[in-house]
Amino acid sequence: MEKVYLDNASTTPLLPEVREAMLPFLGEIFGNPSSLHDWGDAARMAMDEARDNVAKLIGANSEEIIFTGSGTESNNFAIKGLAMARQNAGKHIVISAIEHFSVMNSAKTMEKMGFELTQVPVDKYGVVDVEALAKAIRKDTILVSVMHANGEVGTIEPIQEIAKITKEKGIAFHTDAVATAGTIPVDVKELGVDALSLAGNQFYGPKGVAALWVRKGVRIIPLLDGGIQEGGRRGGTENVPAIVGLGKAAEIAAADMSNRIKSLTPLRDYLLKELPARVGHVVVTGHPTNRLPGHASFCVEFIEGESMLMLLNMQGVAVASGSACTSKALKASHVLIAMGLNHELAQGSLLFSLGKDNTQKDMDYVLDVMPPIVDRLRQMSPLYSKFLKESKGVK
Amino acid sequence: MPIYSDTVMDHFMHPRNVGEIENPDGVGEVGNPVCGDMMTFYIKVKENRLEDVKYKTFGCGAAIAVSSMVSELAIGKTLEEAMQINAATVAKELQGLPKQKMHCSNLGDEALHKAIQDYLDKKSGKPVAAQSASEGHEHDEEEHCACPYCDEEIKDESLPYCQACKNALTFCPECSKPMAKDEKTCQSCGAKIKS
Repeated sequence: MEKVYLDNASTTPLLPEVREAMLPFLGEIFGNPSSLHDWGDAARMAMDEARDNVAKLIGANSEEIIFTGSGTESNNFAIKGLAMARQNAGKHIVISAIEHFSVMNSAKTMEKMGFELTQVPVDKYGVVDVEALAKAIRKDTILVSVMHANGEVGTIEPIQEIAKITKEKGIAFHTDAVATAGTIPVDVKELGVDALSLAGNQFYGPKGVAALWVRKGVRIIPLLDGGIQEGGRRGGTENVPAIVGLGKAAEIAAADMSNRIKSLTPLRDYLLKELPARVGHVVVTGHPTNRLPGHASFCVEFIEGESMLMLLNMQGVAVASGSACTSKALKASHVLIAMGLNHELAQGSLLFSLGKDNTQKDMDYVLDVMPPIVDRLRQMSPLYSKFLKESKGVK
Repeated sequence: MPIYSDTVMDHFMHPRNVGEIENPDGVGEVGNPVCGDMMTFYIKVKENRLEDVKYKTFGCGAAIAVSSMVSELAIGKTLEEAMQINAATVAKELQGLPKQKMHCSNLGDEALHKAIQDYLDKKSGKPVAAQSASEGHEHDEEEHCACPYCDEEIKDESLPYCQACKNALTFCPECSKPMAKDEKTCQSCGAKIKS
């Protein structure tokens, strides 16, 4: 059977070159990078190189990179650490309504601790309303966090426009670039942000390693107090093998990025155009053009995402869904709801996130297996029979 | 997918008795799209027995398997026997359901009971509007509600938060199921909450 992996937004596979680079650090090179002997030196030098590569990927200085354990940790660190460092200046935080849970729930935790939180709306494409954001800013606003792109609907956000506002007002601005760093060009100076999160398993690096970039001179309170690792900003012995892997993945991503984008974009556009044409009653979610290169997301009317996902899996195709049934909390995606989709439609959410090795053949395979799956589920859907009866009535 | 038992997968892949019955003797509808699952059951009754049971289901793998299992269990049973089918029986016959699916997806018994009630109401000449009043059906099984944040069972409903994850909870004024405190729409019944 065909095997087509289209869930790269959840995680990309590990590149063989990255794994090779990591292996010595799971073996003979085991030193603690804080140690002052040859063993420590070997680990530290490898880590320094990785830091340089990660910094280069986003146009930053190496000493501004803090390695963390996940994108979630980077986001927690940014929201909580930046807010706590500024609480004497004010206690108001502004985020968008479509942030990842690690940003949203961190901000909500700060809310419980006495901060105030405003969530800024998005339009039907999931683009953050910059005007509303400007209006949301108050005298005591100390932190703004808006993601660079949304992993669920692929929309790329107007970070530079928002940075103009935050710069003018002297407010710290963090962006969650987990979906973009290593995938599309990210330059911290061009974006104009003060802090940025990225994660290795989004661009063919290992899981369990990520980074937070914090502009030099921007104060942040550590989440993990400990030794002087990461410039005293994140205690704990570093995960050297994973960091080396992240560095290698960053190096390769920087070199290969334009090729990857060139091959992914036409496949994405093909899927965005063909799936609604072949299946019918399918809505594209997210921005039609200003979106991540390998990202095609939809809502299929009258049926539910998890059952589609399961039947696609039976055909060897891996995808994701934002339906209530696929989430453990049984809640429809807050992103889709914030974009104004009704719950019924949001239940039919389906996300195809392509990887660098996907081909035209993969897309054609998916387009072949999708219509019978949708048809089968619609045949047993009470919403579909209601729709058919009503549309007959209109005639 | 290992989260589901083989029996669930079998019923999901090969659902039994899917469809609608023309001129049914009773119809029962449950669920709402906010929660993610909706089921409509149709029954044909002959000499106090369920001669035929069909359904249409919108929902996840569990919801489809539950509908299929309920239809299989119900066909041929007397109305009294069919009223005894409950969520626990269905889950057991399916070799278990994931915990988070017990609440939202295991609605098939309710839909079947509503269809039977609809039939009984029609027969006794009650107005059809009374069909939702399925008083005979006990809700005790369902009162063990799951936290919308962490899925742990909520043991003490008098607390304003979940004991397991400490997240703030409130209870829907319409259906009294637990919901996240800042939620605008109840996940269980779809009621809009005015803040």
